[in-house]
Order: sequence, then structure tokens, then C-alpha cells
Amino acid sequence: MNMKKAAVLLILMLTAATFAWAGPPQEKDSQLERGHKVYDKWCFPCHGTGVGKPGTDALKARGQNPAVLEERTDLTAALINTVVRHGVGFMPVFRKTEISDAELDAIDAYLMRNNKK
Amino acid sequence: MKLPPGVSASDFAAALEKFAAVVGKEWVFSSQDDVDLYRDSYSPLWHEEDERVPSAAVAPDGVEQIQAIVKIANTYKIPLWTISTGKNLAYGGSSPALSGSVILDLKRMNRILEVNDKNHYALVEPGVSYFDLYHYIQDHKLNVWIDPPDPGWGSPMGNSLERGGGRTPMRDHFASVCGMEIVLANGEVIRTGMGALPESKTWQQYKYGFGPYVDGMFSQSNFGIVTKIGIWLMPSPEAYRDGVVSVPKHDDLIPFVDTLSFLIDSSVVRGTMLLDSPLLSYRASQGGSVLDMPGGPTVAETEKLGQEKGLPYWSMELHFWGPPNVIDAQWEYAKEKFSAIPGATFKDGRYYHFPMEVKDTDAVPWVALGIPSLSVFGLIAGGNGHMDFSPIIPMQAEAVFEVLSAFGKAYADLGIEPKNQFFSLPWCFFPHSFVLLFGFPIAHDVEKNRESRRAFQRLVEVAAEHGWGEYRTHVAFMDAVSNVYSFNNHALRRLHERVKDAIDPNGILSPGKSGIWPKRLRQQRA
Amino acid sequence: MRLPPGVSAGDFSAAIKELESAIGKEWVFTSDEDVNLYRDSYSPFWHENQEPIPSAAFAPDSVEQVQAVVRIANRYKIPLWTISTGKNLGYGGSAPLLNGSAVLDLKRMNRVLEVNDKNHYALVEPGVSYFDLYRHIRDRDLPVWIDPPDPGWGSPMGNALERGGGYTPMRDHFDAHCGMEVVLPDGELVRTGMGALPTAKTWQQYRYGFGPYMDGMFSQSNLGVVTKMGFWLQPQPDAYLSGSVTVPKHDDLTPLVEIFANLMNSGVVQATTTVVSPLAYSRDPELVKLRASGSTRDLEDYAGQKGIGYWSVSLPLYGPEKVIAAQWEYAKQKFSAAIPGATFRDGASYKFPLTEEQLTKIVNPVPFGVPSLQTFSIGGPKSQGHMWFSPIIPMTGEAVIEAQSVFDKVAQSLGYVTGTTGFPIWNFFARAFVIIYFFPIEHDIEKNRRSREIFRRLIKTAAEHGWGEYRTHTAFMGDIMDAYSFNNHSLLRFHETVKDALDPNGILSAGKNGIWPKSMRKAGA
Repeated sequence: MNMKKAAVLLILMLTAATFAWAGPPQEKDSQLERGHKVYDKWCFPCHGTGVGKPGTDALKARGQNPAVLEERTDLTAALINTVVRHGVGFMPVFRKTEISDAELDAIDAYLMRNNKK
Repeated sequence: MKLPPGVSASDFAAALEKFAAVVGKEWVFSSQDDVDLYRDSYSPLWHEEDERVPSAAVAPDGVEQIQAIVKIANTYKIPLWTISTGKNLAYGGSSPALSGSVILDLKRMNRILEVNDKNHYALVEPGVSYFDLYHYIQDHKLNVWIDPPDPGWGSPMGNSLERGGGRTPMRDHFASVCGMEIVLANGEVIRTGMGALPESKTWQQYKYGFGPYVDGMFSQSNFGIVTKIGIWLMPSPEAYRDGVVSVPKHDDLIPFVDTLSFLIDSSVVRGTMLLDSPLLSYRASQGGSVLDMPGGPTVAETEKLGQEKGLPYWSMELHFWGPPNVIDAQWEYAKEKFSAIPGATFKDGRYYHFPMEVKDTDAVPWVALGIPSLSVFGLIAGGNGHMDFSPIIPMQAEAVFEVLSAFGKAYADLGIEPKNQFFSLPWCFFPHSFVLLFGFPIAHDVEKNRESRRAFQRLVEVAAEHGWGEYRTHVAFMDAVSNVYSFNNHALRRLHERVKDAIDPNGILSPGKSGIWPKRLRQQRA
Repeated sequence: MRLPPGVSAGDFSAAIKELESAIGKEWVFTSDEDVNLYRDSYSPFWHENQEPIPSAAFAPDSVEQVQAVVRIANRYKIPLWTISTGKNLGYGGSAPLLNGSAVLDLKRMNRVLEVNDKNHYALVEPGVSYFDLYRHIRDRDLPVWIDPPDPGWGSPMGNALERGGGYTPMRDHFDAHCGMEVVLPDGELVRTGMGALPTAKTWQQYRYGFGPYMDGMFSQSNLGVVTKMGFWLQPQPDAYLSGSVTVPKHDDLTPLVEIFANLMNSGVVQATTTVVSPLAYSRDPELVKLRASGSTRDLEDYAGQKGIGYWSVSLPLYGPEKVIAAQWEYAKQKFSAAIPGATFRDGASYKFPLTEEQLTKIVNPVPFGVPSLQTFSIGGPKSQGHMWFSPIIPMTGEAVIEAQSVFDKVAQSLGYVTGTTGFPIWNFFARAFVIIYFFPIEHDIEKNRRSREIFRRLIKTAAEHGWGEYRTHTAFMGDIMDAYSFNNHSLLRFHETVKDALDPNGILSAGKNGIWPKSMRKAGA
């Protein structure tokens, strides 16, 4: 687990260039909307903009730029899913009764919406 | 001699002898004259077969003596009915729910173990009265107030365990409890909260301790005998002031109660208030009723009467305790908020700086000033006592309107004049809700008492139909009240009784208390 | 597949089948991947065999489903460990105390059933978080405040049942609750307080009901599964004002705390604050040296030179502007009359509601009824978690000084550097102080072992001085219950008698707060 967490951290700090296609346009829009909602509920309180956001602060302290997840263009589904399901640093895991697999897919789509194709 | 149910005369005599060996002969009472002293002076069953009368009384003077008594009671299956000062008048006094119980009278345990005026608490034994505690504090010049209920001769412990209320900001007496010592039915002594820590420094300063917080289980209960209790006190305030708010119209009560609820829940207004209606009181004094009787005057007619007589429909005296500049600001703010109701008027009332000088002629609200008194007993004209019907209702004007019409109709249906009770309007003894305290006079007159009981029983049922339940009741009505708390086939009472059977398998402690019967006596339930 | 202790593989699969048909296949988790999500993210046993790991997790979505799960667990004697949102981080998170327990996860029961802004209360299910309740209220523009604890993703119900605290005048969360619905270990459903009245109109307005008031026995407890709970809320106050009081000398703490206690217990001040020493945390090398080896007098001199004072407390005031201004005025009078050299500073002041703009600038909005996760910055950005040592001490200056020095000695003797006055003192509860002391959790076996050793030493030392913890991590529940030993553990034995009567098969949260069912009592001792 220790190694795994270290690896996750490493990936977080690297630029990854994978691309995931999230279905046809309409579905994609609703998936993005859903992802945005789930992000606002579960991720924003720690990873959002503004003061008092320890997730953002932690990534900033680790030299991540941008530190706000919504502004990233390098996140991959594999990375996001690993962090959500295994935790990293003081971030705990999230269970499937909190963020279901489908919701996690939606977060992935939302956070990867600006990735370079 | 009355015997406890199921106990032979010889066993009973043997038990009394053993009690005497523990507490001394003079503290076991079995002569008729002595035992009669434990009858309920305000029994609604005077001169009737059903009156709940004890078989004997035993008065220990220490925890070890109680432990010994409990062991003897287990051996002979003697039901013990515990009283502290035995002044629970209107709710059963010193009498048991089960006739033939032996009264376990804790009045002799009357030591004030500690009063702390830096962290503001007291640790007392069951037999200490509000008067005792008040005098102790005065004598030692301590900088704290107690919160007496209306009659001051009762026990702070007993009143808190019955979940009674007072008038000052510490009015919710059970909420002010911090730490208990209890003798269980098997004779074991437990201390709750931080008292479970042998060298505890905070038994009276932190309520919950570690693990399940069990204090509540010993209130209105027959699960144990509480032998010490901690009670939070209020630092002596610098000043007190009161003032009256009045509003002219019937429907003004809606914003009035909303404002009151806001002010109370914001801690701007504290302590206990009584909703008053100068107009309805006048209507009652003229042969009408405070309740809305079917066919009685309409709201419009009553409001017109109010205009003619210059009487507001509703009013309330608000009380403030604290630093003068703070209570002035609170009263100012309360007036601002109530001023949103057109026609609201305000009257400044008393203002005391402490310590205060009192003239004999002053109409001092003693109890609200932390001074125990017996003046409440002057309230009941006629009769030989009273008992209280006390349902909790929502802190909403609509609930008050509903009460006045529902109970008016109930009286009309019963064919009884509603004048057989006093106080029809709600109090706020507790946060977030109102409580009614209908006082029924008790007479040494079988017929009159029957009428009171009939009305009482009906009101319990009508209240339950409307979703209102009693917070406390007379021993004669404990089953009746417990019966209406019936959610999911009486699941809560069945939980109480499972706990009862587990911790008191012989059913010796206060059988029938709050409708909880031990297994072997469960058929006694009314 | 992992198995619960004492349950055969055959029985467990049979139980799983029944559970799947009761609550739906997708809500019965048995794969390691899914079940690992229920491990404690901040376990003090990381990478050690002692870490308790669940065998499965069941996530019902209704009271009826909870009853069904409990009944099946009884048939197969499967130990369940109940969580609400599972965010009890620092105190065990979502992991059970007993290895192999199946987690009963109530997160899906996340309905806000009622918020009343006339009588100021809410009725919620276990899975509702403070964020959820806050959003519900904000979306409807209701003029009531919740009282969140530091982290906002937890459950109002779970936090109150663990007897947690917040910052506003409604800070004692158990005290602010009103009415419960509970599934008993045999599947029976009870409602407490006025809820026992079938048509009750005041379930959330009057706490006690009639007869024994049972709610407390379901807190820090394994006697039932609470499925609904009412909470009193505070009407939105008009304004907030904070003012700080600073005193120059070490011994000034005694009158400082005495006046503070008087103000709190008089209701002049009503919310959570902390008594701090401005000398405690600064890294100025001169001060670091003085803290380690200087006398009280040296520290006083340093404080005097720097103009920072020896002790300080800030008073948070909520209410009408004119009332809180009067309260602050009065507090200043009381402190200056008693303590020569006391100084005062006006702090933040706000009118409510706050604008969005204001909210984005407030680092910690929790004292204004707004949930946040800001607290997780406490261990710094590289933190891997934490746990809390939280003893209750008397609200006196003497007790604060004694506790600081006693705990400091323990920590130092184990090579842990803290420094004078370094144990934060809070008043989360009326009339007593609580120390909330941070232990880092590391992914490092040796460091965690040492932390556990210090933790246990602190528990013992605290008990010797008459101080007990108000709450603890599952790893230390047995140690702490051991310290609450009056009369040969008579209170624990009482709990066990009740436990055996209500839960003869011992299926609910075995070991919780040191209470074991009969069949496992030896294992727990």
C-alpha cells in the first residue's frame, strides 16, 4: 500500500497524456453535467478554489500547478480512480455507497473534459 | 396490616425485622399511623378502594444501608417504592403506584456534599430540599443560584429525576443533571459519566463520560435508586428585569409565538414564561371559559369584548437575568421584534440589582429569583390539593388554538364544567415546546374526585388523538399515560421492560412506575 | 472471501444470499477490492496484522432493510459494525473494532426528512452529511443554522451519537438532538421521546417523552442501530463579534479561566473557543530555548518584551448586534477588574447571512454554520492522517497548568517534543475543558507503534490524575473503558447486562467503547 500510494503520488505529479472518449455528444454533455455535480458534492470541498481547501493546498505544496483539479488537463481515469479508491496522503478512500462506479466515471469525464486530444 | 402482593405475612414480618437490623428499629415504620403518613395527601382516590397505599416504610441513612435493604427485598420479593423528599404532590406525593409496596424513604440522606461556585455545581443526596440547598448557599455566601420549581420543599434530585421545571435559565432540571451515583436492584453501586473514573475530577463538570450515557434511563424510572446527583447551577446574575408584551387580536398569536420561539431559540429570552390572555381570563370571570366551548362566543365577538374592555387577547411576561447592559439590550431587541405585530404594546416591569432589598409588600417572583417558596399552594382556591394534567404541545399558535377547542369540546362531551381546573394556557418550561399544566382540584369527596378522574382520563385520550402526550403524571394515571405512548405496538415500553427484567429480575424497584411493570407483576397493568 | 469470526464459509455464503435478496446484490460487498474501502484510512495499525479488516459490507436503503439485515445477522451470528457516513476519521473511520465484522453502511439512507424554521429543528437519516443538510437549507433559503464539527462530510447523526462538538452555541451535538428512531438488535423498531406517541406532533420539540429517557444509551454504544434522529438548530443570528483577551502573567490563567467560566455558565458567552498561550507555537529560536529550559519568569519577560502576553482567549459572540456589543463590553469590564494588565482586541465581526464573496474569503467558515474540510490541513500538506487524544479536564486555570505539565512530561519522556502549553484546550462542552491533542498517523510501523505507546501512557497518566477521555479511536476503546473502573467496573458490567439482554447473539458493533457481547467478552479483556 505504501508503494502504491507513492506511485499514485508520482503519477499525480507527472503529465499523463491518455485520452478517454466518453460517448456520443448528448450523452457526453449529460455525463459532464453529472460529473460536475458529483465533483461539486464530493471533491470541491477539499480540491476547489478559494481559501480553506486542504486538497488544493496539499497539491500546491507538492509543486503541482495548477493545484485545483478542475483546472488540470492531464488527469487520467486510471489515476483518478486509483486515488478515489485507495486514498493518498491524508485523503481517505471513498466507498461505493458514497461515490458509485458510475459516478466515478462521470467525475473522470468531467475532470478530463479539457484534456488535449 | 396491608401486605405487598404475593408476600406472606410471616415473610413480610421477617423482612421488616431484617430491615430494622440494617437501619435501626426506629426507621422501620409499620404501624398504621406511621404508614398513613406516606399516603398521598392529594390522592384523587381518597376514601376509595383503589387508593395506592403502602404496607410499610423504611428510611435508610446511607448507601450501604440501601444496598442491604435491596438485598433483603430481593430475598423476600418485597416491592420498594423509592421517594426522595416525598413532596411530589400533584403527581402522587409519597405514595406508590402499587398498593402494598414498602416506601424506601431517602429523606434522612440529606447531605449537601459539595457546592462549587467557580464551576457552578452542587452534589447532593436525595433528601436535600431546595430550601436546604438555598440556605446552605446563603450561609456560605456562595456566588450561585439554584433553580427551584414552584414548591421549594421538594428534592433537587427528585425533581430532576421526574424531569420537572423551574423558572430561571436553568429551568430544565434533568438537563442540568451532571453525574449520578446509583444503587442497582442487585445492590451494586455504579457512578455514571465521569464518576466511573475512580479519581475523577470532573464528575459534576462533564455529563457523558465514556460509552453509553445512561443517566436518562434513571429518570421517571424504576431501574435504580439514585443516591447522589450533580446539578449545574447558575452563577449569581447581577440583575433581573421583566416586562410584559401584549398583542390585541386572536390571530396575532401566530406571529407572537413565532417571534417568541425565535427569541428563545436564539437565547435572547431565557427562563420560563406563561402565555396569558387577559381577555379570555375576563371572559372566564364573567361565567364563560378560557377554553372554546362549543356554541360559545366567536373569535370576532371575543375580540369585540376585548376592544370594549381595553383588554389584549394575548400577553406574556418576559424575564431577563444577567449584566444590566446585556439584559437591557435583550429587552430592547425583544421589543423591536414584537413591534412587527401591529398594536403590540410593552410594559416595563420589575428591575432588581443583586443582592437586593425586598420590602414585605413587593410582589416578588421568588422562584424566578432562585428563592424557593411555597406560594404556589396559595393558587388553588378550595379543594384539598390538586393534580396536574400536563401534555406537551408544539410551540405554535395553531397548537394553542387547537388545544382550546379540542379540550373545550372534550369538556362539553363529558358534560363537565371546565372550571374544575386552572391554567389553560401553555408554559415554556422546556426549550422548543409548550407544556400545559391543567390543575385539577382534589377534594375529600368521592364524587368530585371521580369527576376529576373522568375528565383527566378523557383529556389524556383526546390529547393522544391530537399527538400530544404528557411529560409526567400522577401515579394513578401512569398506566393510562404509558398506554398512549404506543408506537409500534408499545415498542418503547417493551424495551423498558426488557431492560427492567434484565437488571431487576425480581421486580423489587418501584413496580408500575411510569407504566413499567416487572415480569412477575405485569398483570397489574391497568 | 474473508469470514467473520466463528462463522463457517457455508453459513456466510447462505447469509450473503439472503442479504442479497433483502437489499439488492449490488449493495452487498464481499470482494476484497470493495471491502477494503471500509478500512480505516487513518489506521494506527497500517501494515500491521493487528489492523481490523472487515469481512463484508452491507448497505441497506431503508429502515425495513436495516431490520432485515439485523435479523439475518442474528440467524447466522454475523457481527455487524454500524457506520453512518463512515467519516469518523481520527477515531476509527469506517473500520470495525473486531476483525472480520461486516460493516453495516447506512450512507445510502441520506434523506433530509424535515427542516422546520419556525421551531428550528431537522429530522435526518444516518447517511445525511453536514454538507447535505447545509445545502438543503441553503437551497430553500431557510433562516436556520446547522452546527458543523470541523470536517463537514460526516453525519450529524453519527457525530452526535459519538458526542462530538462544534463551534456555535449549539456546539454540544448530543445535547442538541431531539428524538430517535432505533432498530434494536433483534430487529424491533422503537422511537424514543415523543416519537413513542403514534401521532406525535412534538417528536423534535421535546426530548424526554414519558418514562425512562433512553436516548443516551444509544450514544457511543452498540445497543441499537439509529435510523432517524432529530436535531435542534439555531435561528440564523443577526451578527457575530469576536473579541480577544490577553493577560501578561503565567498565574493570570487562574482568574482568566474563572471569569471565563462565569461568563459561559451565565450564558453571556455561549460558543466554542480555545485558551491558548501565544508562547506555545512560535518557532523563534530564543523562545524555543526558553520553552525547553527557561523559567516561568523568563517566559513572562519574553512575552512582555514582545508584547504578546502569556495567555489569551477569544470570545465568540452570536446574536443581535446590540446584545453582543453589550456582552463584549461586560466581559471586558470583568476581565480588566480582575487582572492587571489585561488587554483587549476586537476581532472579526459579521452580519448574517454572509455574501458568497465574504464566504470565499473565510478560511474556516465552520463557526458560521458552514461545513468545510479546512481542518484536514492540520497535519500539513504531507500528512497521512491523524488520531486524537481527548481527555476532559476541569475548567480551571490550575487544571490547565497541571494537565499541560503532566502530559508534557509523558510526551518528553518518550522523546516526543511538544513544549510548554502545547496541548490545545477547548470548551466544546459546557462546564469542562477538553484537550484535543493531535497524533500523526504514518505509513511507518515504528512511528505508529511509538504513537500507540505514548497514547496508552497518556491514558494511564490521565486516569491517575482523574481525567478521562470523552471519545477515542477504536484501537484504544478497551484501554479507556478499563480506566473507567469505579467499583470494580460496575458501570461497564451494567452496560454488559443491558447488552446481553438486548443483543443476546452479540451481533451489534462488538467491542464498541469497550463493551463486548457475552460470547466474546474474554476476547475483549
